[in-house]
Amino acid sequence: MIRLILPPHLRTLAHVGSEVTLDVEGPVTQRSVLDALEARYPMLRGTIRDHVTLQRRAFLRFFACEEDLSHEPPDAPLPEAVASGKEPFIVIGAIAGG
Amino acid sequence: MSKVRVLVGTRKGAFVLTADGKRDKWEVSGPHFAGWEIYHVKGSTADPNRIYASQSSGWFGQIIQRSDDGGENWHQPGTPPGEPLPQWPAKASNKFVYDASADTGKPLTTHQWYDGTQHPWEFKRVWHLEPSLKDPNTVYAGVEDAAIFRSTDGGESWKELSGLRGHGTGPKWQPGAGGMCLHTIILDPSNPQRIYIAISAAGAFRTDDGGKTWKPINRGLRSQYIPDHDAEIGHCVHHVAMNPKRPGVLFMQKHWDVMRSDDAGDNWKEVSGNLPTDFGFVIDVHAHEPETIYVVPIKSDSEHYVHDGKLRVFRSRTGGNEWEALTKGLPQSNCYVNVLRDAMAVDSLDKCGVYFGTSGGQVYVSADAGDSWNPIVRDLPAVLSVEVQTLG
Repeated sequence: MIRLILPPHLRTLAHVGSEVTLDVEGPVTQRSVLDALEARYPMLRGTIRDHVTLQRRAFLRFFACEEDLSHEPPDAPLPEAVASGKEPFIVIGAIAGG
Repeated sequence: MSKVRVLVGTRKGAFVLTADGKRDKWEVSGPHFAGWEIYHVKGSTADPNRIYASQSSGWFGQIIQRSDDGGENWHQPGTPPGEPLPQWPAKASNKFVYDASADTGKPLTTHQWYDGTQHPWEFKRVWHLEPSLKDPNTVYAGVEDAAIFRSTDGGESWKELSGLRGHGTGPKWQPGAGGMCLHTIILDPSNPQRIYIAISAAGAFRTDDGGKTWKPINRGLRSQYIPDHDAEIGHCVHHVAMNPKRPGVLFMQKHWDVMRSDDAGDNWKEVSGNLPTDFGFVIDVHAHEPETIYVVPIKSDSEHYVHDGKLRVFRSRTGGNEWEALTKGLPQSNCYVNVLRDAMAVDSLDKCGVYFGTSGGQVYVSADAGDSWNPIVRDLPAVLSVEVQTLG
């Protein structure tokens, strides 16, 4: 079970609270976690990753385990603590402009 | 009893303002989509309960919202309200992909960037949503970087009318200060094949075959900020308006100059006349008097606030050239707001109501065609757009 924390505006779109839990099959990576998120909450498609390129939107960051994972390859394994559900994977808006 | 519903897009959400035909007591609903930029909200004339909204954010991109009950409840088309779908939908209401297909599109070209170099097309946001006059499920979207898209399934999916971007002059289009946006879409009620659009800064265009092919309609425009002042392309058209009862007669507020065309945009002539300044963004036409038009002059392109500290709507009853200042009820000192291009609308009651919103968050109404004004609300976030529906 993966724990994922969304920024407030995306919680509103998805009608969820601050943290969602996801079942991810296979390796736990940025891509597999976001695929699972968008499959369950299709209204979030295009808001975190570009529809076509699947690139992270420029003003969003990915944090976990006190590390910035934004620039890690999308298919790199996420930390074991995220894969085990001990720590959440955090999608957060960059502070720029906020 | 007739009723009006005013749809207001702001920098931080949408608001719905309603009143009966007297237009003196208002109910305010909102903010809807709080915290998001709402570039435009517009209702369908075929089904007034159907309303589309463009919701966007620099962080999260574009969202399309739709209401089927007059603005009380909203959802992203294709995603049912309430519980999320368990699987991927086949469509995506916020997916605006330029047509680069071999059959109907063109290889993605480039357009001119601010510094004169070429720059690839990149989708940023929807500036304007124009519902079909006949079918509530058909709606057009004007987007940045400039292109026009159409949905025929209530906003669930979008397809570019690529003949516009691909018709050949695209490399000469350039962004204005607000970006390279397609901000005006006018559907001709007498000819379903005819659509007018306008782009900052490329100019105005027209299709006579339902969007397959387009031609520039900028003859008569003069702009000092392009090397060839009367070039076919490159003019910063800020807004175009048409009285639907008299299609073919168009009024334009350009970066500088107020213009009119009596031949569906083939030729334009300046009608700025005695305006204190002919820079501005909004322009609109009285619902019942097709020679009565409204503008809000803005001091200059480097100052972007009203002239002389006075918020004045100027009205011409002669189709331009002769203008009168309308000031009753509007601040006449220490006022430095702007009125953006999509932030004026008229209702179709008798007398015609005129509405506009400001960068200071005020939305004003005149229930007597501009003779006097009252604020409906004074302290909204900066207003980006104002539309009105006349109901009952």
